[in-house]
Amino acid sequence: MSATRDHLGRPLIAVTGMGMVTPLGFGVAESWAGLLAGRSGIRRIARFPTGHIKTGIAGCVELPEDQRGEPLSSPARVERYAMLAAEEALAGAGIGGKGCFPGPLFLGMPPIEVEWPNRLEFARRAGEGRYPAMIEAAGRRPELFESFLFAGVGARLAGRFGTRGAPISLSTACATGGSAIQLGVEAIQRGEAEAALCIGAEGSLSAETLIRFSLLSALSTRNEEPAKASRPFDKTRDGFVIAEGGAALVLESLDSARARGAKVLGLVLGCGERADSFHRTRSNPDGSAIIGAMRAAIADGGLEPGQIDYVNAHGTSTPENDRMEALGMLAVFGEQPPPISSNKSMIGHSLSAAGAIEAVFSLLTIRDQRLPPTINYETPDPAIPLDVVPNVARDARVMRVLSNSFGFGGQNVCLVLGAEPA
Amino acid sequence: MTEPVWITGIGLASSLGEGAAPHLAALSEPAARPVLDKTGFTPFPVHPLPALEIERQIPKRSDQRQMEAWQRLGTYAAGLAIDDAGARDLVSNMHLMVAAGGGERDPRLDEAIAADLAPLPPAEAAPLLNQRLANGLRPTLFLAQLPNLLAGNISVVHGVTGSSRTFMGEEQAAADAVRIAAARLAEGRGGIALVGGAYLAGRWDMLLLYSMGGALWRGAWAPMAERMERGGGAVLGTAGAFLVLETESHARARGARGLARITALATGAARRRGEDTVRASANALADRIRPLLRDGYAVISGASGVAEPLAEERGFLADLRDAGPAQGPVRHTADLIGHAVEAAFPANLALAALALGQESAPPQILVTGFGLWRGEALALVEPVGGAA
Repeated sequence: MSATRDHLGRPLIAVTGMGMVTPLGFGVAESWAGLLAGRSGIRRIARFPTGHIKTGIAGCVELPEDQRGEPLSSPARVERYAMLAAEEALAGAGIGGKGCFPGPLFLGMPPIEVEWPNRLEFARRAGEGRYPAMIEAAGRRPELFESFLFAGVGARLAGRFGTRGAPISLSTACATGGSAIQLGVEAIQRGEAEAALCIGAEGSLSAETLIRFSLLSALSTRNEEPAKASRPFDKTRDGFVIAEGGAALVLESLDSARARGAKVLGLVLGCGERADSFHRTRSNPDGSAIIGAMRAAIADGGLEPGQIDYVNAHGTSTPENDRMEALGMLAVFGEQPPPISSNKSMIGHSLSAAGAIEAVFSLLTIRDQRLPPTINYETPDPAIPLDVVPNVARDARVMRVLSNSFGFGGQNVCLVLGAEPA
Repeated sequence: MTEPVWITGIGLASSLGEGAAPHLAALSEPAARPVLDKTGFTPFPVHPLPALEIERQIPKRSDQRQMEAWQRLGTYAAGLAIDDAGARDLVSNMHLMVAAGGGERDPRLDEAIAADLAPLPPAEAAPLLNQRLANGLRPTLFLAQLPNLLAGNISVVHGVTGSSRTFMGEEQAAADAVRIAAARLAEGRGGIALVGGAYLAGRWDMLLLYSMGGALWRGAWAPMAERMERGGGAVLGTAGAFLVLETESHARARGARGLARITALATGAARRRGEDTVRASANALADRIRPLLRDGYAVISGASGVAEPLAEERGFLADLRDAGPAQGPVRHTADLIGHAVEAAFPANLALAALALGQESAPPQILVTGFGLWRGEALALVEPVGGAA
């Protein structure tokens, strides 16, 4: 078996381009520097009023367009974050020509729909609020139609970057970004493509979204101390903090990357998934699905748990997730699990983007041999006997990282990322 | 594909009813008339939800309460497919791929808020909107709204846990879900998969969206050919359509019957401007299918009724006729069950598989999918014993 094939004879998958937008900054360098410095990107929401909503904080990523008054719609935000991340990734990868990417697009994104400013505009024109009247008042609005179709964002990105074939948009809740990467890996392994552009983007922060998550009691309400609100694995954690952003990865076969002399930023060694049938928003108390997903990713890479040096946590800061993730860690790794830390302590939970953002951070962890911290770790939780890299980044030997993504709806995806073989 | 992929289970519920019988009856009757709700969503006719004994597939009330009609329909159809395949004991390693749109909003709440806030200046309306939503939204509705929660409910209710992926993007999402599910099976990633989608036509929020695109037919229902003469337009259809896909070896090993084989499946997404047309895209997709066609193949068309893609599909089918074997009948299933968006392509594959099981069936069926805004898909479906 050659050095460019994996243990199952499949082509090894190289990452040759990375880009990201997070609450810590635009671009990989700024985001990663903030993460290593232990900086929080969580702040008070200024874009819309938050009165009557229990949570008034988020990991907001403001765009220049927001300054002009009316905030962008969710699909417009998703498209902008995805575009910025993809442009950075493609510039780094130096692949294809401008507007001519030699492979498919896999876009992890949130669901979108017609929004309140639109409904209120139609009702104003109709002079009443009933849907039939709003429909007549709306008339033909092709730009809104194309904006709010689920296929719209992907179609526009595919047009801009010239990706091949039908663009694939997907959602597996909080595992979406991981699923996008997994689909890209599989397409290359199957020989459908030499390269894939995998993006996770999130921009659904709005009053209604906040209220809906609040009704599930999923969000932190630590509004007075935004920077301290996301505290994964800390005993006083009280929920996650919604965030925005996006990340893009250019994947290609290691053969193809080497053949064109591309700089290899790391490998996607394994992908694992397992669905949970226990409950719509909670993991099975036995942890079987998340344990299964972690084990499947490690096995898919032909690895043993002992070969994982660090875990990039799902680590949402909800009481439930972090406890279950710790249970999974002990089940998979035994009594001496590797260190684990949660990027979400600083950038919040970017839902559809998180899996992709955290895959990029995992590769940077390997590149710099430095573990990003879990900030706001002040009160250890006896139910979580893990080294969470508390509060301060530190150097470590890291060749392989397991990156966890566990979603509402029981959709769990784990990735193993590794250094390029010598 | 390295290993043949069979359809071994069908779960289909539409305005015509559930299961094979009403759908085969409609397919075999040239003068079959659709079931319509002509007044509930005026000016738009829609094909409504049929009466279903939901508890047959979703026995727990607590599960039913967590869903709205769209997720219930999909979860119901998924259960029908699992039963049809005799695969209840295989769900823990069954892979799941779902094509989903967004779930239902609460239209009464939307209407009440829109009526009260529209007259106010934005600065006054925004805080009031928060208050009204915080007091008015039901917690369960959020989960009912999330696209991936159709898959989540299928996992919870039926125990399907091999993997779970939800594709978004209207018609095309379903075609790619089937394509990727079949490709994964063919390359040996698992032996059995459940794939499909559901669409509920009677939803004001979606009618608003499609109406803004000028995609909907207004007024009295008419068959697609007549609608074309008057500018075209889709009549949306309610359907839940799931397929159990299985590798031939997996099906044979457990003695499962194959309803049909998916011999080829290709998807594309023309930008529909300049030279990047639907017709050109479909012709390119057909490159792998054209050599496999045999005299008398039938066509089950997923045309929506929107004029431009329908005209392009007609052109493509004419190109196919000119290029190769004699084309059999072309059936527009949207005239029977309406255009069911994310459920359209799986429903048409299901109808093709059912039709192949009939006496005097065509040797092959070409299933097409032409999205009302974007997306082209072609699948060649054959009897499992058929030569490729």
